[in-house]
Amino acid sequence: MFGRNNETNAIAKRAVPIGLALPLVAFVSITFLIPLGSMVLQSFHDPEVAETLPNTLRLLQDWDDTEIPNAEVFESLADELNAALEARTIGKVATRVNRIASGTRSVFAKTARRLQRMDATDVKAAMIEIDDRWTDTSLWQAIRTAGYRFTSRHYLQSVDLKRAPDGPVQQVSEDQRIYNSLYLRTFYVALTVTLLCFLVGYPIAYAIASVGESLAKILLIVVLIPFWTSLLVRTTSWLVLLQNQGVINDILVWLGLVGDESRLALVHNMTGTLIAMTHVLLPFMILPMYAVMRSIPPAYMRAAASLGANPIQSFIRVYFPQSLPGVSAGCMLVFILSLGYYITPALVGGTKGQLISNMIAYHIQNSLNWGLAAAISVILLVIVFACYFIFDRFVGLDKLKLG
Amino acid sequence: MSSSPKFRLLFLPVVALMASAVAIAEETLTVVSFGGSYAQACVDGYHKAFEEETGIKIKLEDYNGGLAQIRAQVDAGAVHWDVVDTESAPLQTGCDEGVFEYIDDLELPPSPDGVPAEEDFFDDMLTECGVGTLVYATAIAYNADNMPGDPPTSITDFFDLEKYPGRRGMQRRPLNNLEFAIMADGVPTEEVYEVLSTEEGIQRAFRKLDTIKDQVIWWETGAQPPQMLADREVLMSTAWNGRIFNAQVKENQPFVIMWDGHIRDTGAMAIVAGAPNLENARKFVAFATSTRGMVGVASHISYAPVRHSGLPRVGKHATEDVEMKPHLPTYSENSKKFLLSDVIWWSEREDELTERFNSWLAR
Repeated sequence: MFGRNNETNAIAKRAVPIGLALPLVAFVSITFLIPLGSMVLQSFHDPEVAETLPNTLRLLQDWDDTEIPNAEVFESLADELNAALEARTIGKVATRVNRIASGTRSVFAKTARRLQRMDATDVKAAMIEIDDRWTDTSLWQAIRTAGYRFTSRHYLQSVDLKRAPDGPVQQVSEDQRIYNSLYLRTFYVALTVTLLCFLVGYPIAYAIASVGESLAKILLIVVLIPFWTSLLVRTTSWLVLLQNQGVINDILVWLGLVGDESRLALVHNMTGTLIAMTHVLLPFMILPMYAVMRSIPPAYMRAAASLGANPIQSFIRVYFPQSLPGVSAGCMLVFILSLGYYITPALVGGTKGQLISNMIAYHIQNSLNWGLAAAISVILLVIVFACYFIFDRFVGLDKLKLG
Repeated sequence: MSSSPKFRLLFLPVVALMASAVAIAEETLTVVSFGGSYAQACVDGYHKAFEEETGIKIKLEDYNGGLAQIRAQVDAGAVHWDVVDTESAPLQTGCDEGVFEYIDDLELPPSPDGVPAEEDFFDDMLTECGVGTLVYATAIAYNADNMPGDPPTSITDFFDLEKYPGRRGMQRRPLNNLEFAIMADGVPTEEVYEVLSTEEGIQRAFRKLDTIKDQVIWWETGAQPPQMLADREVLMSTAWNGRIFNAQVKENQPFVIMWDGHIRDTGAMAIVAGAPNLENARKFVAFATSTRGMVGVASHISYAPVRHSGLPRVGKHATEDVEMKPHLPTYSENSKKFLLSDVIWWSEREDELTERFNSWLAR
């Protein structure tokens, strides 16, 4: 009896914090887990064609690839395209097949519309007369490929690979390769920005942590004001400063450091991306470092000095190791944020400064190939997790300190 | 379940309110367009007249073109846009995908001389889902104050870095750029798409683009070219003719459009599938694409009518002392050498060519 009561008490005690966390759990699952799940699903699940052309796809399973399919396949496709035209889903089929066999988009709606207007007895002959692309076996192969509900196509494409019609996976032709070089570039930019932020941010954080309280407040505000300013405003200000006829070039020309003809290209390239991103992300580096540095007792440095260490020695052997948790937290934040950076490179990056996120945005907004965008996002997410685990392995998450 | 008369009376105000809401809903119309100087030209050109004559109130919204937002509304079954201003390529794709109403049964007004609409419109302007509204051009523009020596006269000059050293502005997409490149490489306009349909043709266009690649600044929004020309950030840029016109007339910029080898495309109007005010939307499309509507737009911004009866009726700018005709792409002096953008060709190859283009850019 008593024991049971204790048990219910214990459950009730646990239920309270769980209950308090419920709104957050609900919020996170609605705004993060569900969209994330549907995105991951989109990257390999594409049922549109399978649902529109079920019979044709079943017939195509028995087709041997070498010659034009038989009349039965043509008739089935004609019926299903006609239904798709009525239901107005034909464009979705055409778009998907066209992604596999470029230059076939118009053949679907064109064929379906013409077939409606004529009363063909020999459907196969009629379709071939309407468009002779129906005699091309690669078009039929593309229809069959687009018909698989589950596909690795998007993942292959997002690492510059493709599957040949006869099976083996191969690299896409050289003039279409892009994604692998963009992952590398994104990685390189994230590392460089992290390093630059560290080099610029460490002295500032050190200064804020070691000066008097009133001066520290002013310095902190100087760091925070840009942090509170809209990202777009900060990025476009860099455009004004860095462009060919911009403030910095004007000053350099006025000083006579560079000629009017040889103004420096500071923006619309990698330089612009690095400068603007370093500036935008700097507060994420400074704030955690400052928080950790503030907690380092100044007595330690005095003790080191009294034991005979010169200022450089005492900094390297006493101060710096104690500030490391802040440094790792800052580096981690800046690095992971840089991996997903998008607006700044889009505005000041030109073409040489574009990162992988810009391709995700392109496929979401312009090409409307959400499956491919989802696959690239998943790969990016995996890279972030990998970095996180490598960090945990070699540095240790317990070493992270935000203050 | 019976209810007392008193109880039923309670519903009266509710019913009355609903009825009036329906009445209001019937008399409004949501029109979505590209914003900026163009949307203003439409408001002054024919929205006001339409509101006065029909009593239907227009709610104007802006978008950046494309199909993403329209598709989202149709897929979610929550359509609140009625009429959209669109371009020929998304019109075609959107019609196939079922996000636009079929409006090929629309009764369009004849020309002021009584020529029936089917004959008055240019070829291919009346499609299943759209009615053509205007012709615009993508052309090379430069700043006369920033052009030492002879100004460029042909599309070849745009690619000639020896004669015209300096940066170039081009839109960051393969559309139009491949055509400009292949024309500059000596292909006559009527063979452009034939040549580009071959692998050698595509490679040839990219090789031509290679020759100026280091000097190109890639723009993404229509407002960038006039700004880059004004800032002298570029020597010449591809640009939409209406934006250059606006800078010339409204901001007195010494910009010049070089019409040689310009590329023409058409704008169109479509009705979103399941539009809440379908009847009003149909009335509006017919009104906007009348000769009067097109001439109205052309008296505010330099986009040309797509009816034969339109061009002769275009006169001066509505507020500025400027003859509009010489600024229109279809004006005879400007039409000596131009290319008509092939929408079907692009709808099939845009995905593939964009991928190649991006890969080429990143190299």
